[in-house]
Amino acid sequence: MRTRPPLAALAPYLWLLVFFALPFALVVKLSLSDTVLAMPPYAPQLDFAAGSAGLKSFFAALDLETYRRLASDDLYLASYFSSLRLAGLATVILALVGYPIAYGIARCSDGARQVLVMALILPFWTSFLIRIYAWIAILKPAGLLNQALASVGLPPLTILNTEAGVLVGLVYAYLPFMVLPLYAVLERQDESLIEAAEDLGCTPTGAFWRVTFPLSLPGLAAGALICFIPMVGEFVIPDLLGGSETLMLGRTIWNEFFANRDWPAASAVAVALLVSLLVPIVLYQRQQAKVLGR
Amino acid sequence: MDTGPDRAVTSKPHVGAVRSGFAPWEDPQARPLVRFEAVTKRFDGEIAVDAASLDIHEREFFALLGPSGCGKTTLMRMLAGFETPDEGRILLDGQDIAGLPPHRRPVHMMFQSYALFPHLSVARNVAFGLRAQGLGKREITDRVEEMLALVKLEGMGGRKPHQLSGGQRQRVALARAIAPKPRILLLDEPLAALDRKLREDTQFELMGLQHSLGMTFLIVTHDREEAMVVADRIAVMRAGRIAQVGRPAEVYEAPANRYVADFIGDVNLFEGRVEAAEGGVVRLGSPEAPQGFTGFVETSHAIGSQAWIAVRPEKMRLHLDPPPAGPNRLGGRVADIGYLGDWTTYVVEVAPGRTVRAACANTARTVERPIARDDAIWLTFAPDAGVVLVE
Ligand SMILES: Nc1ncnc2c1ncn2[C@@H]1O[C@H](COP(=O)(O)OP(=O)(O)OP(=O)(O)O)[C@@H](O)[C@H]1O
Ligand SMILES: [Mg+2]
Repeated sequence: MRTRPPLAALAPYLWLLVFFALPFALVVKLSLSDTVLAMPPYAPQLDFAAGSAGLKSFFAALDLETYRRLASDDLYLASYFSSLRLAGLATVILALVGYPIAYGIARCSDGARQVLVMALILPFWTSFLIRIYAWIAILKPAGLLNQALASVGLPPLTILNTEAGVLVGLVYAYLPFMVLPLYAVLERQDESLIEAAEDLGCTPTGAFWRVTFPLSLPGLAAGALICFIPMVGEFVIPDLLGGSETLMLGRTIWNEFFANRDWPAASAVAVALLVSLLVPIVLYQRQQAKVLGR
Repeated sequence: MDTGPDRAVTSKPHVGAVRSGFAPWEDPQARPLVRFEAVTKRFDGEIAVDAASLDIHEREFFALLGPSGCGKTTLMRMLAGFETPDEGRILLDGQDIAGLPPHRRPVHMMFQSYALFPHLSVARNVAFGLRAQGLGKREITDRVEEMLALVKLEGMGGRKPHQLSGGQRQRVALARAIAPKPRILLLDEPLAALDRKLREDTQFELMGLQHSLGMTFLIVTHDREEAMVVADRIAVMRAGRIAQVGRPAEVYEAPANRYVADFIGDVNLFEGRVEAAEGGVVRLGSPEAPQGFTGFVETSHAIGSQAWIAVRPEKMRLHLDPPPAGPNRLGGRVADIGYLGDWTTYVVEVAPGRTVRAACANTARTVERPIARDDAIWLTFAPDAGVVLVE
């Protein structure tokens, strides 16, 4: 006798249909439309009253014009590559900062570990915006950082409204997402593997590079992808800490949507971003499947 | 029924079987490869190893045997360098190795969990210690091939550990530990994860390997049969202390105390008081046997002191008709019979609630007078069959 799947098995499909597939279809449709000076500011619109003829003319009016415009305009390409570069750079910094933290926590006693993991997540209990505004207060020309530098006789730094400001914000905001997956693999690593390596003649440092580090690569990959993907499309951090100089896709989309009222362009940028992020997302999925398959 | 004629008692008998003439521990001049000197280890005040002293000689196959939690692994880990003794010294080749980190000790360990590196192939696992020694590429490849052939894993070098069976993993761990030619190989319950048949085969393979490599092996186990099969000598441990060290036959046939007698196989213990002790013969008075017990001893015993006589079940003789009166004679009723094919174990109730075990080898296919449950029966044993214990 076959058991029927419970209704709950449908829940994820339903959710994804309502909150991902339908909105995404709308965005794709928008990106294929043309800008018009009207309300709403795009054409064509589906005319149900016209029946199948209306449907035909609707589809006939959709085209790739907007994408052609994006590809030929340096501004879009520049902000696209600038986003990838900043997110990539931030990911590298996150790895360099996050690895020692994760390693340190994993080496602590049981009690200390719980406290440290908790402390790592604790800042998330205050509003994200407040924390970013706090960074403005720290980084601004007469802010806390420069006051501290001045008090020890060092020249002031210009960080706010530069790419450095964006990187500070990204690294700060995404650190837990790098540390937690790394911590997860380091913490469950079998201690006897390190002992075996030392037993076979490795110094503690040698054992780290030959055993601990290679075995933690899945955690590093997971952390890097979890951080990199949303950082590419990040809007709030570049907007508040990067000033007008910093080009990032999140800001470009916002500008097209609200400043230029160019909804098709904004949608096309969003679709292009998603498609280009599919590559790392698929890589991540593959890698996760491999880890779980063990 | 009689299991055999009385054995002629020689004046200076050998205890049990001697496997070979290899016995460097009997030479007082010989310097042991490893010497534990009153080594003590505590964890948070709890004593794990208690003033353990032990000598292990070059080319010896030495077993640490004891129940779970008695400190076997801890003793071994102190030799490997993963734990530091609180008191006492450990000498390797006469040198105190305190302060030497694990990676500088010429001692390799085969871990209970095997601890194979999951990200490395079988060949690279085996090569791990060789690379750390700084050997050349060619040498490493040759030696890995040699090791894989030795443990019968030719052609498996490219596999990852998770693609191997438990038995194959065990052999990779073994190859990895012996590849860099340690002075002494430590094996922590190496066969615990294998099924019975494979375990028995592997025991003999281990012995062959140890012999052909001429290496010193220290094995930890809580399986007494395993220890008896593989080891030249066994140290029986109890709650952190070394209870006895000796050849398998010595710890079996001449246990030093009741604990060892009981731990190394089945034993019947008869309690009594020393009534006479002269000329190497002790007589114990006991309410269990009408004429008491007699046994041969090498040490002296004070008259009136408490003592036990320990007799292995296979050294008890069963009689269907009352044997002539004398010492070492008990009457009883058969309470249970366990037929094992090669052996039959009889549980005989000699007093209400008090049972004695006797084991008989089934040397013939047929018996004239079978023994059944509730049959009245008599048990005897020869004076040299029992060991007199005071502890
Ligand atoms: N790292 C440790 N911290 C605290 N106590 C420990 C530690 N290692 C061992 N012990 C304790 O020391 C005692 C001896 O442990 P050990 O592992 O040497 O036993 P064992 O004879 O190897 O037992 P088993 O046969 O179960 O492996 C045990 O009581 C154990 O709880
Ligand atoms: Mg153990």
